[in-house]
Amino acid sequence: MQQQELIPRLFRTEFRKITAVLCRHFGIEHIEIAEDIASETFLSALETWPYKGIPDNPAAWLYAVAKNKAKNSIKRHDLFKQKIASQVKSELSKTEEVEIDLSEKNIQDSQLQMLFAICNPAIPTEAQIGLALRILCGFGIDEIATAFLTSKETINKRLFRAREKLRDEKVLIEFPFGGEINNRLETVLMTLYLLFSEGYYSESNDMVMREDLCMEAKRLTYLLIENEQTNLPQVNALFALMCFHSSRFEARKNKNGELVLYEDQDESLWDQDLIAKGSYHLHQSSQGNKFSKYHLEASIAYWHTIKNDTKEKWSSILQLYNHLLAKEYSPIAALNRTYVLSKVYGKQKAISEAEKLCLENNQYYYSLLGELYTDIDNVKAIQNFQKAFLLAKTSPDRKIIEKKIHSIFQK
Amino acid sequence: MEAYALIMRHEDGSKIASPEQMETWMKQTMDWIGGIAAQNKFVSGTGLPFADAKVVTTKNSKAVVTNGPFGEIKETIGGFITVKADSIDEAVEFAKGCPVLQGEGNSMEVRKIAKGDGIH
Repeated sequence: MQQQELIPRLFRTEFRKITAVLCRHFGIEHIEIAEDIASETFLSALETWPYKGIPDNPAAWLYAVAKNKAKNSIKRHDLFKQKIASQVKSELSKTEEVEIDLSEKNIQDSQLQMLFAICNPAIPTEAQIGLALRILCGFGIDEIATAFLTSKETINKRLFRAREKLRDEKVLIEFPFGGEINNRLETVLMTLYLLFSEGYYSESNDMVMREDLCMEAKRLTYLLIENEQTNLPQVNALFALMCFHSSRFEARKNKNGELVLYEDQDESLWDQDLIAKGSYHLHQSSQGNKFSKYHLEASIAYWHTIKNDTKEKWSSILQLYNHLLAKEYSPIAALNRTYVLSKVYGKQKAISEAEKLCLENNQYYYSLLGELYTDIDNVKAIQNFQKAFLLAKTSPDRKIIEKKIHSIFQK
Repeated sequence: MEAYALIMRHEDGSKIASPEQMETWMKQTMDWIGGIAAQNKFVSGTGLPFADAKVVTTKNSKAVVTNGPFGEIKETIGGFITVKADSIDEAVEFAKGCPVLQGEGNSMEVRKIAKGDGIH
């Protein structure tokens, strides 16, 4: 049956639109009502379409049903209010005029405003990502649970607390005013960056799910670029970063779904359109004087789209990592920098700096040491890879480490 | 963990470096800072270019302003970075890596930053 494919596809594209518009209409305190109405709308489609056939314009059908359900809910709510608080008299006539605006313009505005409302420092970052996935990306609770490698129950609790917090804080669903945009944007970009990373580096084995997360992060970032007020250098830099990284999706998995490391990738599989798109937005990001960590990361990612090993490439990347770390420390940047250091100054120098990193709980730390000691001291190389193997959490990671150890034994 | 200032002292601030030398020196300095930052021990850095530098002194209780280079003052400060370190010895180890020391006569001064100054 056709609707078996159609409904999930519509769910993916339309659920989030309906939810965002309704959230904005009802206000943050009724975020669940918006989600419920959107869910019920799809339930109606599932119940009706098999018998009556698929409507000519399925999306319009969904919008109409959602509007009706929303109106009914408002009426019920008003009736309830009136029975309890009898002083409200003028309200009743108003409910007749309620118009739920599901035009493309309002959908876009609502999504943008919801993005700002959800990415609120008052709630933990994990919860921001969860809510964004639910409300702005239309992910099911089970999908979010898969993405975070946790249970549906945990996600439900997390989202429940987050909604409660947004209510308590009386967060408004609105576009931030002039000078406030830059401040608020920082949290939004951080959440989108983490959403993308969740997909790109996730420990989940579900490759399709992971690419979906990255695509959603990219789509939401693009929403900001499409809006004149938020089409800012740092947004373009983040978008460029996402384009460069996702250009390697095809190349970084083999036929068995195993991860292929950068060095071993077939660069003919790199998506040149995405690389060109990334370059365009990296260029856009250089306008203005705002120099964010996304600029640095996008520039690093840009150099990685050039496969040839040149001195210029690695020394440029090293400088970018130096600046990135001076701006903001992260273990992954520290490890990457040390790897790049070996490309510029040789393995001995990199080993002596690697020993100072103090990242003894990090599997990638031992993988790095294993890599650096290879051909310098192969016994130490194997010892380090073995430590990495014990710390590795996923089977793709373990497979890669096994291969490394195997290739040293063959030397 | 204490905060230390690592101060770069140049023996002669009047030496003018070529753009290529400057670029190499900048890269080396960033490599040095990157190595400290990779250990999560870097706090901040402040470069002090010699161009447009002025010196204010007093003569007969009157302020006298002179352009750099620095006349009577033999050593000049090229910049400083602030790091976190467990001990003065660790801070000294960081200082040893500074490329300023490649210049004969240059030196590094390592100073603990007093607490209660807004940083701590």
